[in-house]
Amino acid sequence: MDYDVIIIGAGLSGLAAGIRLAHFGRRVCILEKHGRVGGLNSYYTLAGRIMDVGLHAMTNYVQRPVKSSPLTRVLRQLRLSYDDFQLCPQIISRISFPAKELQFTNDFAFLVQEIAEKFPNQVDNFLKLADSLHGYDDLPQGGKSVSARQVLNSFLSDPLLIEMLLCPMMFYGNSQENDMDFAQFSILFRSIFNEGFARPQQGMRQILQLLVEKYQGNGGELRTKCEVQKLHVCQDQVVEVQLAGGEAAGDQMAGGQASGGQAAGDRAAGDRMPDGQRLRAKTIISSIGLPETWALCSHWDTTQGEPRPGELSFVESILITDVLPSQSLGFENTILFYSDTDHFHYRKPDDPVDLSSGVVCCPNNYQFREQVSKEPLSGEPLSSESLPGEPLSRETMSKEPLSEGIIRLTHMANFDLWNKLDKDAYRIWKKHCLQESAKKAERFIPGLSQHIVVQDMFTPKTVQRFTGRRNGAVYGTANKLSDGRTPIKNLFICGTDQGWVGIVGTLLSGISIANKCVLY
Amino acid sequence: MTQEEIKASILDIISEIVPDEDTSHLDPDVRIRDQINMDSMDFLDIIMELRKRYQVDVPEEDYPKLATLSSCATYLAPSLKDK
Repeated sequence: MDYDVIIIGAGLSGLAAGIRLAHFGRRVCILEKHGRVGGLNSYYTLAGRIMDVGLHAMTNYVQRPVKSSPLTRVLRQLRLSYDDFQLCPQIISRISFPAKELQFTNDFAFLVQEIAEKFPNQVDNFLKLADSLHGYDDLPQGGKSVSARQVLNSFLSDPLLIEMLLCPMMFYGNSQENDMDFAQFSILFRSIFNEGFARPQQGMRQILQLLVEKYQGNGGELRTKCEVQKLHVCQDQVVEVQLAGGEAAGDQMAGGQASGGQAAGDRAAGDRMPDGQRLRAKTIISSIGLPETWALCSHWDTTQGEPRPGELSFVESILITDVLPSQSLGFENTILFYSDTDHFHYRKPDDPVDLSSGVVCCPNNYQFREQVSKEPLSGEPLSSESLPGEPLSRETMSKEPLSEGIIRLTHMANFDLWNKLDKDAYRIWKKHCLQESAKKAERFIPGLSQHIVVQDMFTPKTVQRFTGRRNGAVYGTANKLSDGRTPIKNLFICGTDQGWVGIVGTLLSGISIANKCVLY
Repeated sequence: MTQEEIKASILDIISEIVPDEDTSHLDPDVRIRDQINMDSMDFLDIIMELRKRYQVDVPEEDYPKLATLSSCATYLAPSLKDK
């Protein structure tokens, strides 16, 4: 055996699993397709600025480590210190519907007060709902999915309030269309309303750097630009992990993943790739998604049905402004969720983008510590050199993203429509959507369009290309695998498709799989 | 290891797992989990660290014997006498 455990994907869940396993002496190797770690939550450079990808806010904020809070659990399990995250709490967020608005902060009592004012006859029932969620186990359990809409209807009689509560929960982690699993709702409700939003002082890069340092410090091996091409399965066991070899790897990345639905067997038969290196390990943990993992396996018992990729994807505009939104544009929200209709439609739209709802995030609007972004991380000059990936140029380092305004706009989008556009049409649509999306945000941030200096947009296609998630489905498949077990005995799934969302949830997922499937 | 050394080692393990808790005033004869904030995942990590550091395996039915510092020392003394 080359390793005790091979982990596919160096995203948050893969890194967390790796840290646990390496800490307890397992020989671990993480294989990452890309040059940079992070997966769905990473960063990239845009016109000399380092921009977060994925992260709007970290949920599960606590002011200090509290027993059994998800964040405390993560820190303790990974032997990380609370102070290393340098969490900056949010200022104030808003849910905006045509008839009413609700504001919320990291103080739950504030939201209760808002509901008492805007929905006076609902507040008692809302408190009963919140109480009932308190006892709900925050670790996803197997078993039947319960409809969140049904449960909410049993507590609340005002449909508008139900929609307004569902809106942020769905945007921040629901892989299902129109309704939501109640257990997921419960986890998100507490992580957003009871605990709250925060941002690490230096963004996603700071968390990733901590995790990679910890993992490597524990003796874990990390291989980047190392794509898994196939998992050879024999008698319900993965016997070999075959890496993509040579130039064929690039071709497969671009072409192979775009066509979903093809049976794994067909692909194996037509496989003409030169063989890459083969690795052996007792246990394989995959964080790349359930349908995506299934597609790598030479054999998989599909009597339970084939794993289907999720359908929900998003576009995200990133707008850099020459003024700070709170100072010059009057926009003080950290996160704003809006819907133009009283009934919130959470589903794959019939158009490339659905601008009738969305999320507006302003990363400037956190309570940053002194010397925003100038303070080097734990005494060391912050550089990407200890992180695998392209080193950042000096010029890149000198531009501090938070000295400028940033607005991020997220909307639901249709992968298929984006995917079938030819190159020119794709470019035109992207430009059009960027413009329309910014125009839409003008309602909340008047004057925004005149202050944009740099802009960029991710489409569902971008998401698929950089994360490998089919359909660009950031929240993964709708059918979660809550215990991480697959029909293949030594292959486990961690991350989004285990049913845990958000940064803290995803880290917990990796931890729980490492514990339950290997360590305990 | 003597019983005192075992207690010191357990304290060391606990402060690694829950660095934010004050372990300096732990009463050796009172349940550890009644004195500091530790949940079941944290407690399991004590078992894991014992395995990592001293190659001692504690079967699940014996977990209650690790409830206090003193009971830890008594229970672990035979396995750790040569470590």
